[in-house]
Amino acid sequence: MKNINIVFAGLGGQGVLRASDITAEAAFLTGFDVKKAEVHGMSQRGGSVSSDVRFGEGIKSPMIPAGTADFLVLLDASQKDPNALYCSDSTVIIDPSVIKIETLPNPKGLNVALLGYLSKMLPAIPEENWLKALDNNFPEKLRESNVVAFNIGREANQK
Amino acid sequence: MESNRKLLNGDEAIAYAARNAGLNLGIGYPGTPSTEILETFSSLGGRAQWAPNEKVAAEVAIGAALAGGKAIVTMKHVGMNVAADPFFTAAYTGVKGSLVICAADDPGMASSQNEQDSRRYAVAAGLPMLEPADSQQCYDYLLLAVELSNKFGTPVILRLTTRVCHSKTIVKVGPFNEPKTPSYTKDAKSHVMVPAFARLAHVRLRKRLKDLEEWNCQNGPCTFLGPEGAKSGVIATGISAMHAAEALPEARIMQPGMTYPLPLAKIKEFVNSHEDNLVVEEGDPIVVETLLANGMKVRGKKEAFRFGELNVGRVKKLAADDITPDPAPAPGKPPQLCPGCPHRLTFQALHDLGCTVCGDIGCYTLGVLPPYEAMDTCVCMGASISAALGMREVLPAEQAKRIVSVIGDSTFMHSGLTGLVDMVYNRPPHGHVVILLDNSTTAMTGLQEHPGTGRRLDHTETVRVDPAAVARAIGVRVEEIDPLPMKDTLKDFIQEQLDKEDVCMIIMKRSCLLALKHLKDREAQAKEKKN
Repeated sequence: MKNINIVFAGLGGQGVLRASDITAEAAFLTGFDVKKAEVHGMSQRGGSVSSDVRFGEGIKSPMIPAGTADFLVLLDASQKDPNALYCSDSTVIIDPSVIKIETLPNPKGLNVALLGYLSKMLPAIPEENWLKALDNNFPEKLRESNVVAFNIGREANQK
Repeated sequence: MESNRKLLNGDEAIAYAARNAGLNLGIGYPGTPSTEILETFSSLGGRAQWAPNEKVAAEVAIGAALAGGKAIVTMKHVGMNVAADPFFTAAYTGVKGSLVICAADDPGMASSQNEQDSRRYAVAAGLPMLEPADSQQCYDYLLLAVELSNKFGTPVILRLTTRVCHSKTIVKVGPFNEPKTPSYTKDAKSHVMVPAFARLAHVRLRKRLKDLEEWNCQNGPCTFLGPEGAKSGVIATGISAMHAAEALPEARIMQPGMTYPLPLAKIKEFVNSHEDNLVVEEGDPIVVETLLANGMKVRGKKEAFRFGELNVGRVKKLAADDITPDPAPAPGKPPQLCPGCPHRLTFQALHDLGCTVCGDIGCYTLGVLPPYEAMDTCVCMGASISAALGMREVLPAEQAKRIVSVIGDSTFMHSGLTGLVDMVYNRPPHGHVVILLDNSTTAMTGLQEHPGTGRRLDHTETVRVDPAAVARAIGVRVEEIDPLPMKDTLKDFIQEQLDKEDVCMIIMKRSCLLALKHLKDREAQAKEKKN
C-alpha cells in the first residue's frame, strides 16, 4: 500500500487537532506506521490551524511535503487557499459543506462527522478502529453524540 | 497489539521515559513547545512542579541533583537565557545524581519571539547534548541522558525542536519505576565555586568533555538511514535526519544522537567513505562549522536555510543549493484575542488614550494587532516594566508621561517583581504606571497554574502569592479593579492614575474565559487527588 497523506485544516477551536489525533490513532490501531505533525500554541486564539497525518508501511518525515496530500479535510472552507500548497490535481478535498450541520446532534461534532465522511475513502482502516479511536479521544459523556456524528458523516458519503 | 506500543508526541515520550527512569523531580516554566513534558509527567504520577521562572526551576533541579536525586528541568529556548547563569556553573560543580535539561527550540517561530539556536549553550557552557529526531528517540535519549549525567557527573541537555515535541510517532515504552530517596554526601570542594575550587573544576570540565567525545565515538547513539554503500553521505541532526531520509533517498544518512561533543572520529570515518558529504541541520551552521574546523570535506547549507524550519522540500533545495524563494502559501487567519477576552477592554482604553505601551510575553501581545494596535515594544519576559522605565528616563516629559507597562500575571511572577523594585528604587521623574492583566492563569501556553493562582501544577491548592500585597510591600500604590463593569470609564481611570505621577500598579482582575471553563473540572480533579 502506498503511504497516505492527510492534511486537516481549520480555525482554532474547531477541533482540527482532535480530528488528526483520532485519525492517527485509528491508523495506529490498524497496525500502520503513523506520524502526525501539528503546530499549536497560538491555535487557541482563533487563528489558522493545520495538522498532518501520514500512515503506511514506513513514514520518515512527520510533515507532508508540498503537492503530496491525498486528502485535504477542511473544517472551515476559508482554509482551502492557505493549504493549496499541499494539494495536487489528485488531492481529494473534503469541504465542510458535505455535512449538513443541522443534522448533527451538536454543531461542534463537525470534525467527527468529517472523519466519518473521510473514513469511507480509507478502506484500509476498519470501522471498529475508528470507533475505538473516537472512544479514546472523548470523555464518556460526549461519546454517544460523536458516534452519531461519525455515522452521519459516513452516510453522507454514499456516492 | 502489544500494550507497550504507544502513539506519543515527543513531550509525552519524555514524560513516559522520566517515569521509567524513576526521576525524583521534574520542574520548569511553561513554554511552547515544552509545556506538555511536565503536565504528562504529573498525570503519569511523577512529581512535577511549575517554578516562577526558568532560573528558579534550574536551581531547584540542580539542588535535587547535587543532593543525589534524579531531576529534569524543562523550558523553551528563551527560558535557557533566563536559566543560563546557574547552568554555566553547574557545568563546573557537576552533579551527584542526574540532571537533564530539556530545552525546546522553536525554529520557524510557531509561537516565540526569536528562533535562537540553543545548541550554542551546550558549546558555551560545556554541557553534553543529545538531539532526538522522533518520539522513540525522545524516550531513549531521556533514559540515556539520565544515565550519562550520573556516569559522567554532569548536567546533560536534551535539545528538542517544535516538530519533535509536537509530532506523534510510535514509541515502545517500558514500565514505571518509583524514585529512590537519595542520601546526602558533603563535597564542598566540588560544589562550592570559590575561585580556588572553580579553577580545578574548569580543568575537570574540559577533561570530562574529552572523555565524553571518546565515549560518543565508541558507544554514542547513532542512527543510519538510507542505502549502505551510497555515493553520497549526509550528516543530519534531530528531525532534519527524517526530512533528509525522505528528500534524499539515494544518500546514506548518519544522525549522531549526541551532537555535543560530536563523535568526530566516527564522523570522519563516515565522511571518508563517501564521495561527497552534506550537513543538514536546522538553525545555525554549528555542526558543519565544527566538521570544517576539524578538516573534514563536507558541504553545508546556504544562508537562506538558516531561517525557519526545514522540511522535505526545503532539504531537497538545500542539497541542490537552490535558494529560490519557497512558494508562499495564501495567508491564513492570524490569531487574535478571543471574543470576550477581558484584555480587550484594557487595549481599547490604551488605544483611545494614545498611550505608548511597553508590552510583554503572553496572549496579550496580540494587543499589537488591529483593531487596538496598542503595543509599542515587546522584548522578553518582564521587559514591559524595565524597558518602560528606560524610556521614561530619556524621553521629554510630554512623551514620558504617556508610557505604560502591560504585563500578565504569570509573566509578572516570572520576571516582573525585580522591575517593580527598580521602578521604586530609580523612580522616573514623572513616576510610572504598570497595568497587570490578571486573568488568573498562564493562558498563552495552555492555561497552566503559577504562584498567583494559588494552585500547583496538578491544580491542587497551595498558598496564593498576591501580586497586590507584593507590590504594596515594595512601595507601589495599587489599584485593583474589575475592568468589565468599568468598561466605559476605564480610559478616564487610567488617565487619572497617569496624572498622579507616582508609582502605581493597576491590577485588571478578570479570569480568562477559557480558564473559567476548565476551572470546575480542575477543582473536581484536585479534590479527587486529595482523597
